Parts: sequence; C-alpha cells; structure tokens
Amino acid sequence: MTIDDTRVLLADLESALGPDGARAEPLELALYSRDAGVARGRAAVVCFPRSGDEVAAAVRIAAQHHRPFVTRGSGTGLAGGATPVDDPVVIVTTRLNRVLEVDADERFAWVEPGVLNLDLTREVAHLGLHYAPDPSSQQACTIGGNVATNAGGPHCLASGVTATHVLAIDVVLADGSVARLGGLEPDQAGYDLRGCFVGSEGTMGIATRIAVKLTADPPVVRTLLLDFTSIEDAAATVSGIIAAGIVPAALEMMDAEITRAVEDYVGAGYPRDAAAVLLVEVDGLDGGVAHQVDSVSRVGLEHGARTVRVAADEAERALLWKGRKSAFGAIARIAPDYYLHDAVVPRTKLVDVLRQVYAIAHEQQLTMMNVFHAGDGNLHPLIVFDAREPGVWERVHRAGDEILAACVAAGGVLSGEHGIGLEKREAMPLIFSADDLDAQARLRDAFDPSGRANPQKILPRGSRCGELQRVPEGAWI
Amino acid sequence: MVAVTALDDLCEVVAEAPTVIPVGSRTHWEVGGPLTPRPDAVEVTAPDGVVVYDPADLTVTVGAGTTCAELTDVLGAAGQECALDPRDPASTIGGLLATGLSGHRRLGLGPLRDRVLEVRFVTADGRVVKAGGPTVKNVSGFDLPRLLVGSLGTIGVLVQVTLRCQPRAATAEWFSTTADPFAARRALYRPSCIAWDGRTTYVLLEGVAADVDAERNRIGAPAERGAPPTWPDGRHRGRISVRPAAVWGLADPLDATGVRWLAEIGVGTVHVATDDERALARARATAEAAGGWLLREAGARGLDGFGRALPNARLAERIRVAFDPTGKCAPGRLPRDDDDD
Repeated sequence: MTIDDTRVLLADLESALGPDGARAEPLELALYSRDAGVARGRAAVVCFPRSGDEVAAAVRIAAQHHRPFVTRGSGTGLAGGATPVDDPVVIVTTRLNRVLEVDADERFAWVEPGVLNLDLTREVAHLGLHYAPDPSSQQACTIGGNVATNAGGPHCLASGVTATHVLAIDVVLADGSVARLGGLEPDQAGYDLRGCFVGSEGTMGIATRIAVKLTADPPVVRTLLLDFTSIEDAAATVSGIIAAGIVPAALEMMDAEITRAVEDYVGAGYPRDAAAVLLVEVDGLDGGVAHQVDSVSRVGLEHGARTVRVAADEAERALLWKGRKSAFGAIARIAPDYYLHDAVVPRTKLVDVLRQVYAIAHEQQLTMMNVFHAGDGNLHPLIVFDAREPGVWERVHRAGDEILAACVAAGGVLSGEHGIGLEKREAMPLIFSADDLDAQARLRDAFDPSGRANPQKILPRGSRCGELQRVPEGAWI
Repeated sequence: MVAVTALDDLCEVVAEAPTVIPVGSRTHWEVGGPLTPRPDAVEVTAPDGVVVYDPADLTVTVGAGTTCAELTDVLGAAGQECALDPRDPASTIGGLLATGLSGHRRLGLGPLRDRVLEVRFVTADGRVVKAGGPTVKNVSGFDLPRLLVGSLGTIGVLVQVTLRCQPRAATAEWFSTTADPFAARRALYRPSCIAWDGRTTYVLLEGVAADVDAERNRIGAPAERGAPPTWPDGRHRGRISVRPAAVWGLADPLDATGVRWLAEIGVGTVHVATDDERALARARATAEAAGGWLLREAGARGLDGFGRALPNARLAERIRVAFDPTGKCAPGRLPRDDDDD
C-alpha cells in the first residue's frame, strides 16, 4: 500500500461523500485507531457518510481499491470490534443520526444506525414507550453499534438483548449491494437473515436503517437495594430469586470495592461498609410487583441481607441507578487504567465462579472489582491498575485468561454482551470445536464472500477447513 | 427409506445418504414447500428426552426429537414452562423449530426464535456442530441458532437444543368481549394474546390473580372466565403475515373469501382455514393485497408453499449452499433460486 494509493482512495471518497466526508490526517487516523478496548490498529482513511447511498458508495470505493472496510459508531465497544486491521477504510456512522419514523400504534421506530441509544428512548418517552436494551454506555453508544454487538444492559434480564428488539435492517453488503433483512410483518419466508446479522460485529455488512421494537413503559416500577456482609450471600440471593420463580426487570450486583468507589463518587446512598449490594428492579402491574417485592425481600433476608431498602420515590430510584451507571466513572478515581471483562456462567454457578475470580485476582496481585448483571449470570470482573507499573499487563492478561477459563469450565460462554472482536478471537476454541468454527465461518463468508467486511474479527485464524492453524499474530495488535 | 435414531449412527447415515429428510412427528409436514420426491431419500429422526434440566437456571436441554407435550410435563413439574405453544403438542421440538412457527402467546412473550439458546445439528457431511451457548445471555460468535430456526431442515439435522424457560404465571385466563381488539391492545399492559375473528375479541391474561382481574375490568370483559378461541381448522390451512395495523382492513376481505380466520392482534399473524382450496388461494391474494403473504401450513396441494420468491434469494442460496453444497437436505422445502446466481 503506497502513499499514492491512499491519496487516490481519499480523493475517490471525497468526490463521493464531499470534501468533509473523508479524512486521512494523522490526528483522525489516530482517533479512529481503536475503540474503547485495548487493541490498536491503523486506518488508511476515515469517512463519514450521511446517507445509506453514501455508505454504499464508500463500500464500493473500498472494493474498487481492494481495501477492507470497518464500520464504527461511537467507538464504545470493548472488544476491539471496530479496531481497523489491514489498512481499511473506516466508515463512521455517526452522521446517520436521524430517527426516521415512530409508530406508536405498532410500537416500532425506524432509525439510522448513528442514533444514540438513549436519544431514541428520550424521543419516544412522551408516548409511554422506550427502547428496552440499555447498555451502561447508553448515553454514548449508537443503535447501529448495539446491533453489531447484540448489546445487552441491566434491563435485558427480563426484556432480552438487542436481537429480540430488532425487527428489520436495511444493510449494505460487502459488494455494495443493498438488502432488507427481516421486516415489519411477524414472519418472513426463508432464513432469518436479520437474526444472523445481529451480533455479527460488522463482518456481514453495514446497517443503514434499523427498525426496532418499542416497549410500553411499565405502569409500576419498584427498585430495591439489598446489602450483604458477604459476597457469597449476595450471589446466593441472586440464585435464590431466580429459583423462586422471579425474573426481575433487572438484578445487578456490586462488590465492596465498587460500592465504596461509587459512593465516594456520586453519593448514591449505598452502604459504604457492605461486602456487596444487589440492585433489584421489578416492574409490571400492581399485584405482580407487590408479590415480587415481597419475594425478593424474603429471599434476601433468608440469605443474610442486612437491610432491604425500597426506593420511596422516583428521585430515590434514579439515585440508586445513578450509582450503578456511574461505576465506570468512579473507577477513574482509583487507578488510571482498567480492563473490563465480560463472560457468562449459568446462574446456579455464580457463587462458585465468583470465589474463583477473586482468588485469581489475589494470586496475580491485582485489584479487582465486580459490578455486573447478576441475574443473567453475566460477570464483569474489572481489573484496575496503573499501566506504568512494570509487568502489570502480563498479570492483567494472565488473570483475564484464567477468569475466562474458569467461566468456561463452569459451563459458561466467552461474552454476554461485549462481543468477541479481536479481544477474544483466540479464545473461541475454548468453547467451539473446529467443526463449530467452520460452520460459523461458512455463514460469515456466505454474507461476505470477499472477506472485506471487518476482516479478522470474531473467528480465529484457522476457523475455515483447510486454513492453516495458528498463523502467528500480525504486528498490528 | 430407513429411519435412524441413534446419534452415533446418525452422523454416518447423514454423511452417506444422497438425500436426507429430518422427520419429527409430522405435525407440520405440509408447511412450506413440498419435498422433492427422491427414491434415495433417507429419513432420520433426532434423539429424544431431557438431557439437562436445572430449574434454578431457567434453561432446559433436550433432544430435538422430544415432543412438546413431554417438555411441558417435565417443566410443569417444576412450575415452569417454555412458551412454544404448538397447535399440536405431539410436535417435536426439532420439527417446531425447523418451521419457526410461533405460538399464540407471541404478543406477550415474543417469537419462537427468542426461546432458543443453543443448538446442535448434524451437517450435510455428517459432523455435529454446536452453536450458540447454554447461558441465557451470549454473544460468543455468529448466531447460527437463529439461522436454524425456520430453515425447514435445509441447513442440517437438528439433534439437540437448549431452550429458555420461565416461571408459570399464577393465573392464566381467557376472556371474551365484543370490545375493539385494537383498543384492548392499547389499554392492556402486556397481554399474552389478543385474538379476534372479526366479531369477538379473545384476551389471554397471565399474572397474579389481582392483576388479571384489574386488567379484565379495564377492557370491560365479563368476569366469567371464557373459553379459549377455536383456532381455525379445515383441510386447507395457512397463516398470513402482515403488518399488525393491516389486520383491521383484512377482516371484510377475508370474510368474503369464505375462509375461517382468527387474527393475533398486535402481532400481524392471521390463521386461516377452509375446506375449499380455492378459498385459501383467495385468502393469499387478500394477504398480498395488504402487503403481506400467506404460508401454506396444510393441504392446498395446488398452492405454492410460500406464494412468493424468498426475499434476498441470492444471499439465502449462498447460505444454503455453504452448508449443503449438493442440495441433499430436505430438498424442495425452501424455494431455490437456481437462475439468479
């Protein structure tokens, strides 16, 4: 790839997208060299289409120049899914930020991929509706990015992750052609291509319009805070709540370290001396909510909860949630760097796996905090550290590998909501056989025979039958 | 034609057979396209029975040959259910997933595909592939389970699935009323089903008794518990899929076709049945005029299974060929796009 090649590519993109539609200055290339994960790459050119037609044009120009392309929303992804690899054209969707249609009767909205998650909920709030997936980054992350990673969030426990809220997607495929996957009718003839596309981390094409389901606001919402003197008791309460036949709207757990950090940061009213707190939300109709509040309180007290506090009003409820959603802001005050993990275990294994996770951190002499979607069994061990400390990265990575291995050994999976991206690509063989990976590669390649849509993500090298196993890592990581 | 059940033998048989036809209980045998008759076809069935069930995890893993009735019994003993809701409980889990047809509680509980967490299937060349994961939340790798749901046996032979379960509601009651079904939809908070035949609105409410009662009052339905609606039956059956709001405008034209019909309000599914094949053809034309389509579910040999080309035919065909290069898996079930590649 020569400088001249890149100059022609930039000129072609500028002529299709306008003079401010593409950039290749060092500052832009550095800005777009990574997402919120740790892997860094390098883009050849970054472009900013304003319409689906411009997205298709950018994809076609990339093809003419034999370049891969990487799609990016706000760049809040944590698994390196938007990290540019192989000198690609980075296609940024943030200018595609219009809510195109809201239908309150049929309860759906057509949005462009760059619409921010929380902006959609704000836009439909007056209709008594909301967009249910609520990742912690919901103020910043885009719905297109949510589709790419099949994003979750605290309220996905009862309402399901992004895939259950996407009805239809207009996509630009890697050859520049367009297709509508899914539809507003309940069923489509043939394969569920919409279902295949959600969670494919940009490897199957680019969403340019997305129809999402809107959910009716629950008439009654109650938020409870339970605090415990041991993390095991809190984890056992989580299992107990599910076993009692209660599926709360949200069931979040925070350990001692993070509870203190959050309390110091936003003063949410969490008990600073708790070993763990559970934030539980139940919603629905009066009778069901009352029943669930009683059951959650009873199960908590049976498992040693010190106090059960039910938010008295909306202000108190908002404050309790502010604590949870500020967790990552609070960490910045403790250490300059953090590494957030994401894995899922069966809910019955929570107590056992958490014990192992703390032992691993202790052994590697790392500070670990846990703030996570306990009701789903979705762990988020968070390692905080100072990257300037010699040798610390090795220990952080070693701890990460051991945590994943412990989750997998307990019957868990590699990611609950962040995705695989580059971060966990090489861990895929922990849960999938060569035949399993080959089948995934067949699906991916059927969508994009050229392999130019976000190359090298999700599947480890050697996933395709006949491909060499374990090609050495490139220099880009 | 031989039937194979043991998993060990299954892979070998599938690998060697020139044509493979996955068979469950044949309750959905006529859904979609008819099988292309082939003298060398080998019918295979999936293992049955519960593999893993821990109620505290709210998940269950079963052989794909397990019947929905058996699963209902096993889960029911623990106060749980998996809302598959097939018309015929003798349906196997694998057969139901292969058709992808959602049950009548889709309005409240979502479509069938959302229940599936992990699948194991035998590929055309006889390998067992696992996809998805056994936990309730998982984004590890590509979503092959959703590809399998509704694929009518053309991707491979489903042998094992892990499904999401839920606690059974304390109370589940049908009520019938003459109230406007769309007004009921707006008034109620997450009803499980609102069915409408153009005259009577049938509402399924689930939850604690006090809530069911309050919701019933909200739409002015009589306090007596009503009977569930009768789902239309006849020699020729189909299901219309239209935008939910289009159902209102379908009522009169559907009555004029002579079919019996029952619509799921808020979903856009309309179940139609008749003993006159021509009436089903007229219902299909009515659905298409409203921007939807009609899937043939039973009978109506003279009708095409889908009445339309598959959307995104080239892409769909690339996927099919990627998994089944020789076209041996359930040939004919999905229309092929032979000319367009």
